[in-house]
Parts: sequence; C-alpha cells; structure tokens
Amino acid sequence: MHLFILKRLLIAPFLLAIFSVIAFVLIQAPPGDFLTSYIAELAQGGTSIGQEQIEALRQQYGLDRPTYVQYFVWVGNLLQGDLGTSFEWRRSNAELIGERLALTLTMTTISLIFTWAIAIPAGIISAVRQYSGIDYVITVLNYIGLATPNFLLALLIMWFAFDQFGVTVTGLFSPEYVAAPWSLARVADMMSRIWLPALVLAVAGTAEVARVVRANLLDELDRPYTEMARAKGLPEWRLVLKYPTRVAIAPVISTLGWYIPRLLSGGLVVSVVMSLPTIGPLLLRSLIGQDMYLAGTIILLYSVLTIVGTLLSDILLALLDPRIRTA
Amino acid sequence: MNEDRGDVVLSVRNLKTHFPTDDGVVKAVDGVTFDLHQGEVLGVVGESGCGKSITMKSVMQLVGKPGRIVDGQILFKRNRDGTNTEEVDIAKLRTNGKKIREIRGGDIALIPQEPMASFSPLHSIGSQIVEAVMLHQDVSKQEAKRIAIEKLNEVGMPSAEQRFDAYSWQLSGGLRQRAIIALALACNPSILIADEPTTAIDVTTQAQILELLKRLQREHGSSILFITHDLGVIAQLADHVVVMYLGRVMEQGAVSDVFTHPRHPYTRALLASIPSLHSEPRIELPTVAGGIPHPLQRPNGCPFHPRCPDAIPGTCDVAMPKLLDVEQSKVACFLHHDEAEEADA
Repeated sequence: MHLFILKRLLIAPFLLAIFSVIAFVLIQAPPGDFLTSYIAELAQGGTSIGQEQIEALRQQYGLDRPTYVQYFVWVGNLLQGDLGTSFEWRRSNAELIGERLALTLTMTTISLIFTWAIAIPAGIISAVRQYSGIDYVITVLNYIGLATPNFLLALLIMWFAFDQFGVTVTGLFSPEYVAAPWSLARVADMMSRIWLPALVLAVAGTAEVARVVRANLLDELDRPYTEMARAKGLPEWRLVLKYPTRVAIAPVISTLGWYIPRLLSGGLVVSVVMSLPTIGPLLLRSLIGQDMYLAGTIILLYSVLTIVGTLLSDILLALLDPRIRTA
Repeated sequence: MNEDRGDVVLSVRNLKTHFPTDDGVVKAVDGVTFDLHQGEVLGVVGESGCGKSITMKSVMQLVGKPGRIVDGQILFKRNRDGTNTEEVDIAKLRTNGKKIREIRGGDIALIPQEPMASFSPLHSIGSQIVEAVMLHQDVSKQEAKRIAIEKLNEVGMPSAEQRFDAYSWQLSGGLRQRAIIALALACNPSILIADEPTTAIDVTTQAQILELLKRLQREHGSSILFITHDLGVIAQLADHVVVMYLGRVMEQGAVSDVFTHPRHPYTRALLASIPSLHSEPRIELPTVAGGIPHPLQRPNGCPFHPRCPDAIPGTCDVAMPKLLDVEQSKVACFLHHDEAEEADA
C-alpha cells in the first residue's frame, strides 16, 4: 500500500513537467502577446503609445526573448516558489490567486459532498427498486438535472430568492464582509452563502453519478456473490450496501481526479452569473488580456489539482478493492 | 415404499414457480413433488432449462424477479436445537422476511455453481464465513473466527489459518470450492443444496470434492439436494434421484432402481446418451432426439411427447400423465399407467 502511494508520488513531478510545457504552449498559442492586447485596449480608449515605450515595456516583461527562454525563466521562478507577476493587475500572481483558490476549493469540496451525498443513495434506491415509482421519479429528476444548464438554474434561484424574500444571493459574502479581514464571523458568513452556488454546481454531477451508480449496481445485484450473501441469511439492505454497492461505486470514485478541474471550469459561467470571487473568472480575464504568466500559473494549478485528485482517488480505490492494492 | 429411509425433512408438494413476462407466463416449475429424507442425498437431474435450479431457489425463497411461487407447499421440518421440531411452509414465507433469513444459511445452506463469482472479491473468505457464523449463532467475533477456521480445516483447506485472510481470487479452483463448502457448513445446516457444484472445476478436483461432500454428509448426517445434469455424479453420490423435464418430475426413485430399470422414456434416453467403457468404439452416441422447446411454447399433454419415441398419439399429446407409483419408483408416463393402477388396486 505504501509502495503503491510512493510510486504514484514519484510519477507526479514528471507529469507536472509535461503539463507545464503544455500549459506554456497553450498560453503562447494565440497570436500576439500581452502588449498587443494592451495597446489595442489603450487605442480603444483613445490613448496611443510610442514605439519606443512599447519596446521598453517588451524588454521589461521579457517578451523580447525567445519562447524557450521565457519558458525556462517561468519554470525556474515557479520552482523557487515565485508564481510571477500579473501584467494586467501589476500584482503578484500568488496574491491574486491565493484567496480565490481557497474559496474555489471550498466551494468545489462542498459541491462534491453534495453530489455524492445525494447521488449515491439515489442511485442505490433507483437500482434496488428498479422500475418502481421512486425509480421513475429519480430518473426524471436526473434528466431534468442533466438537461438544465447550471447558469440557468443559478439565474432562476437568484430571481426566486429576490422575488420571494427580497434577498440577493450573489457573491460569497454579505456586503459588510466583502472587504473585511478574515475572522470567524467572515467564515460563518461565507458558509451561510457558499452552499447555494455549491448546490447549483452539484446538480448536473449528481444526475450523472446517480445514473452511473444505478447502472453499475443493477449489474452487481445479479452477481452470484449477491445471491450467496442472501443465501447466508443477510438482511437485504445490509447485503446490498456491504457487497454490490462497494463494487458499484468504484467508477464514481475513480473519476474524482477529473471532478475537480471539471468543476473549476464548469463553475465559470455560474461564477460569472452569481459574481463569485472564484478562480474561473480570473482565468477567463487573464486569457482575454493575454496575461500569460497568470493564465499559465492557473492552468498549471489545475493540473496539480488533477494530479492530487487522481492520487486521492487511487488511494480510495485501493482501500476499496484489495485487487488494486495487491496488484 | 422405502420404509428404511429416514424421516422426511423437506417435502415439496405440487410446487409451481412461474415467471410472468411481457410475452406470457414461463412456467419454470410446474407442479413438482418430491421428498427429501433425513441423511440422504437426493439427486435432481435434467437437461439445462428443465427447472431444477429454480426448484432449488424456490426452496430457499431465492427466486429472482419477476419469478414467484404461485402454488404448492415446501414443508420443512425445522429443528435447530435438537429438541422441538416445527414444520414451516417455506412457500408461504415472505421473501427476505425474518423467518426465511433465519432458515437461509442457518438450516438450509447453498453450495453454489461458481465459487469464484460467489465470493465477494473485495472481502476475505474468512470474513465472509465469520459473517455467516455470527448471523446465526450468538458468538463473539473471536469464537466465530475459531469456528470458521475449524470449518476450513474440516473441508481440507491446507494451512487454513493463513488462508482465512485470503481473497477468493488468490485461491485455486478446488480450494475455492472447498472454501465455499466451508461457508455453507458454517452454521451446521440440516440441508445442503448443491447447485451443480462441480461444473466449474476439472475432473480430478471434481472427484475430490464429491468425496468430500460424501464424507461431510456421513459425518454430519445432513441431507443434500444435489442438482446436476451429470448422471455419472448422481450414480456416485446420490441415494435417490428425481428426473425433471420442463418443470415437471418425470420419474423418481432409488438410484439403484432407476438407473438399472429406467421406466420413463426420457430417463431411458438420458441414460442411453452416456458413453460407456464397454460399448463398441467409434459408434455414434445416441442422443435425446430434438431439443427443449421454447419456454413459452410448452407442448400440450406430456411435455416430453414431441421428443418421445414411444409417444401414444391421442393420449400423450392430450393429457398430462400423473406421477404414480410403479414398483419402487414413481413415474409420470402413460406407458406405465396400467401397471400403476393395478398396483393401486
């Protein structure tokens, strides 16, 4: 087991190196650089900027150097813990990303808990009571959940809350806490609001996970080991939860690794609609403004989270299934 | 008849287990009657699809949806502590209710067809045996583990204590089969239902497992219902045999009698299809003519008449023959109705 984790930890740096190249290539891919979009923006505002000044800026930002040099400077700085500076915000990336990342992770985790807490029981009930009334109800809800774009759901909830209770549910903080320093009261305020966007984000995932659990469990319920457990005299619910369910939820756990980045990007539209200070809108803005080091750092962070998520799901799977542990 | 047989422990009376489907009702078991006596091995034979497995599942109330016991009785003499016996009609019990759960594993245990698939791959075999012990006996976990290891030793599991923590997929086919027998024996059931327990293993191991079952049956005096399509296995192991075809009993009686004097044309055809060491080499082996009809297109009258070489037109295709005593056996065939009525008279 320890060897199993160690092996995966050893692979991680290599994966990260590959991802950093891909991230860098991606952010270099659009034509032009930060300065071209900066100049274009200035021009739109009616200001123009001299050629000399442009060259000076280009040198200052290191944009005149060959691409591979830029890459190694970036990676070198990253390795020293320096996440670089945002061109656009003229602040350090670490500062820009820090709080947003924490908020995003909190929201994602809560959303994941919602998803599993709702979807796994729903899938189990749906499978055990196949073709019953409750199965049909869950199935219909699932399809509605899958088919509803989550930003639309967010809009509907915002409208409903405002119309019925006169409450604005946008943002993660009440107005008095937006700029306040961290305190227990601020955390409490955040928790009182964060569950709503988390729930909105969880809806589509819930529907999907419930379908996967239902389909897998239906297969496992017909297996001889399920019948054998019944032939031993085990009560039905106990045997369903102990034997086939443990097999049926493995695919759900194995997708934990993708779940995190998917929520980060999937949450973008919801974050924009609900004005949430999460990382998605920051990435969007940095891509539009060709704020390359900020964008690259965020993309690389997504990769790190994916690797961590996958490692986590591998460990969970190994705990669940001895065949993985001993392989 | 058969005065020397022990008490009846399980009496299946006119059992009917049907499966309603969109296309019609599949009568998988359609009026099966037999008795299982104390301390005997009763073989149930028939081609695939003749309803032998569903009969056994009915006895444990394990018939899957949409199947249902629609008629008949399954009278079981329940005797847990060795003093008072109660008679339970399993056919009337609620599926997965408390009573049947006590009987399952505790009084009637299953030895399944595929030991590999019948153990959960995620739990050690030991923990699965301990679970059964603790379900039916009021013992501590340590005591349950001791019992489990004792059972593993009893079925000839080498180094049972280490194997206690093994997973089913770490064992060979023969050891897996032994482990599942240990699981079945965990609570000293009075009846073992073996559902083709030797189909998945090679012939040598098969012989060892049959030897083991014989020994266990002798030592515990338990009764075994042994389902198979292998008449050779029945000849080796069983005392009595029930021959089934399309959900009905065609013939039943002592193995020695039925195998030497088969009376029903179906039994005769089955026996004739076994290759013999004494037959001439390279001759074509006789087979039972035709195939099993589609479950929804059961023939009228005797279900075997379209394949029967001795079918009497106007009789066999009209009515179902009753299962009647013919000498020491019971036979459901019009060819023997006259003899049977004479015997009755």
